[in-house]
Amino acid sequence: MENSPDSAPPLLEVRGISKSFGAVRALQEVDFTLRAGEIHALLGENGAGKSTLIKVVTGVFPRDAGIVRIGGEEIAPRAAKAALAAGIATVYQEVNLLPNLSVAQNLFLDRQPMRFGIVRESDMRRRAKALLADFGLDIDVAALLGSYSVAIQHVTAIARAVDLSARVLILDEPTASLDRHEVEILFGIMRQLAKRGIGIVFVSHFLDQVYEISDRITVLRNGRLVGERETGSLPRLELIRMMLGRELAETTSARASAGEHRAREVCASFENYGKAGYVAPFNLELRHGEVVGLAGLLGSGRTETARLVFGAERADGGLARVEGAPVRLQSPRDGVRHGFGYCPEERKTDGIVAELTVRENIVLALQAKRGLHRPLSRREQDEIARRYVKMLDIRPADPERPVGLLSGGNQQKVLLARWLATSPRLLVLDEPTRGIDVGAHAEIIRLIRELCDDGLSLLVISSELDEIVTYSDRVVVLRDRAHVEELAGEAIDVGNILAAIAADGAAAAHEAHA
Amino acid sequence: MTALLPRRGLAQILALIVILAVDRVVSPQFFDLRLQDGRLFGSLIDVLNRGTPVALLSLGMVLVIATRGIDLSVGAVMAICGAIAASLADTHSLPVVLAAALGAGLACGLWNGFLVAVLGMQPIVATLILMVAGRGIAQLITEGRIVTFSSPDLVWLGNGAVLGLPVPVAIALGMVILTGVVVRGSALGLLIEATGGNARASELAGVGTRAMILAVYVWCGVCAALAGVIAAADIMGADANNAGLWLELDAILAVVIGGTSLFGGRFSLVLAVLGALIIQTMNTGILLSGYPPEFNLLVKAVVVLAVLLLQSPKLTGFAGIVARLRRTKA
Repeated sequence: MENSPDSAPPLLEVRGISKSFGAVRALQEVDFTLRAGEIHALLGENGAGKSTLIKVVTGVFPRDAGIVRIGGEEIAPRAAKAALAAGIATVYQEVNLLPNLSVAQNLFLDRQPMRFGIVRESDMRRRAKALLADFGLDIDVAALLGSYSVAIQHVTAIARAVDLSARVLILDEPTASLDRHEVEILFGIMRQLAKRGIGIVFVSHFLDQVYEISDRITVLRNGRLVGERETGSLPRLELIRMMLGRELAETTSARASAGEHRAREVCASFENYGKAGYVAPFNLELRHGEVVGLAGLLGSGRTETARLVFGAERADGGLARVEGAPVRLQSPRDGVRHGFGYCPEERKTDGIVAELTVRENIVLALQAKRGLHRPLSRREQDEIARRYVKMLDIRPADPERPVGLLSGGNQQKVLLARWLATSPRLLVLDEPTRGIDVGAHAEIIRLIRELCDDGLSLLVISSELDEIVTYSDRVVVLRDRAHVEELAGEAIDVGNILAAIAADGAAAAHEAHA
Repeated sequence: MTALLPRRGLAQILALIVILAVDRVVSPQFFDLRLQDGRLFGSLIDVLNRGTPVALLSLGMVLVIATRGIDLSVGAVMAICGAIAASLADTHSLPVVLAAALGAGLACGLWNGFLVAVLGMQPIVATLILMVAGRGIAQLITEGRIVTFSSPDLVWLGNGAVLGLPVPVAIALGMVILTGVVVRGSALGLLIEATGGNARASELAGVGTRAMILAVYVWCGVCAALAGVIAAADIMGADANNAGLWLELDAILAVVIGGTSLFGGRFSLVLAVLGALIIQTMNTGILLSGYPPEFNLLVKAVVVLAVLLLQSPKLTGFAGIVARLRRTKA
């Protein structure tokens, strides 16, 4: 036991860390403290800066400013080796070991017991077996790592890390691909390691698990530190508020009142629409001239809903109607044909074609909709591109520039232009304001309102609750891959949304503790 | 139509001029042309004529590569279609022979496209299957012999002349124009470039990416079939073992020289064909120079290296930095 007294410096101390990628400030003045023997949850939505923080601490990214101390000793800003040597080990969601080697070989990779230059297999296996026994694992260490479940691979990775004399263990979403029983095993090991004085950073978006295992919670949002709390004294509602709400000001909907939207015509409707293991069947009505917000935590089924609505994912049950007529949405092409548009969250991988020009990216969906045999002439393309570059104020205003060279906000505008050019009836926007600078942020929100006033139907996903509250006529709240509540009119405010997100989970957590 | 011959073609045109100049040095009669029996003769015509099969292959290959794919089977498809044409030539009319051969090429393309677009196989593995099996199929068709024929129609296809140009050259020219009109005259070009540039994003934008991929492999198969028929017509016979052997590599090389990245996206038909001509000009020059043909392979290797170095991201990145430094200084 080496539980350090309170006077000793914390195991890992991060002070005022900043990190930018180009114009995007991924981390701003973030502090983080990990004490010996504690399990510390690091929470935040996508893009909050969790992985950047981990990579800066482990020296994968050089930091722009700030200090990292391990056991009171400062670590140089650009030293992955030093971080390792000082005892920081990271186990990622995708196990970074070699599945084509045996468990024992993985455990002792690079440090196999040797005699006369020959690996002593039997010795290595014996030590591997003893090492894993510490973790309550009794398996054939000569078998290939890849032949075991992800849980065992995780434990192997942790065992290797701990055996490499790790003092700080960072687990990045370790439970994402584990079932309940495997999670229990992993938690048992984590508690045991914490007792031995190892500090564990636990990154997860499963709040139940966070409450079950962690001693302390640090929340990041938009690259800033929101706060550090004791898990025991942090109500779930408060935690979700820390993760989502920008400030606690109770913004109410600036949009139409509850009575007005009933009168509007239904643009598209979904009855019992869903897909097993993806999103539970839901009912959703989208009306012309109306913004519907989708709120919920990461992994609650927001993006999944969007993809089903657009046709990027096939539903396995339920009925979709467009302007009252039943339709089949089997592919994005179907969605486009019915006048839907979808701006995905991952702009770079799912949105833009980086190499092509702004003009080509803008006309892409329209051209796909028109078909091969009706090409847009170069003059029509130029005209369309010019119109939207001007209308959305895309900068630089050069339609012939490869879109990959534009900033995130302008790429987002190009994607919006791509869909507006198809004269859609419904636009699905997944995190339209993520990762773009403040100015463009406000513009996109203004655009959403204007489009809606023009009669377009919008389905918008955002982690920024006050943003959702500002432009939504109705808000659908999701939790655990199901639609749990729909708020309209006066009922739309940050507090109600937070309550809906937190409600059932809190009850479940109480049951778990009882 | 800047897309048909973009500004970036300058490097390829310069390369061709340099190689032509070198050829002129090793062979003083290189630019001589003479008209005989209504057909032009000379080293330049020879370059065009000999370069036809690879030019045709590169025409299909460039579209496949633009979708981020590759087709290793074109040499084998040449052998299959050449064998079919040769076996049918003396018993059937030219339209039947051509229909059979081109139909076979189309079927081969469909097979490749099915494996890649529908089953989602990696293109290099998917087309490797037909690369290996195709030559076997061709040998089965010719029953292991070299099938010769004497049908004047098919022979004309390999050795005749139209408006002074050898028929193969005229066919290749026609195919370049046809492909250009189809690809750039419709939306196909844009959609292929989008598919190759980012298939996921294109799919989500409503582009039928599978149909695009299927289409380019089919067209690649048809081009290979035509190349196979011409190669057979040229030697008045089909040699299943050697027809089109290793030409898939020349076709890929031609595409790469033409500036289309193996990572897909932007492509240029004209520059790919120009790449094929650059390769053939080198080949012919080395033959004329009297050096042993082994040098051909070495010179080719040096050219490949030079082209790939020019395209490597590290070098372009470096060039970009240099350019930026210059600009800031200016």
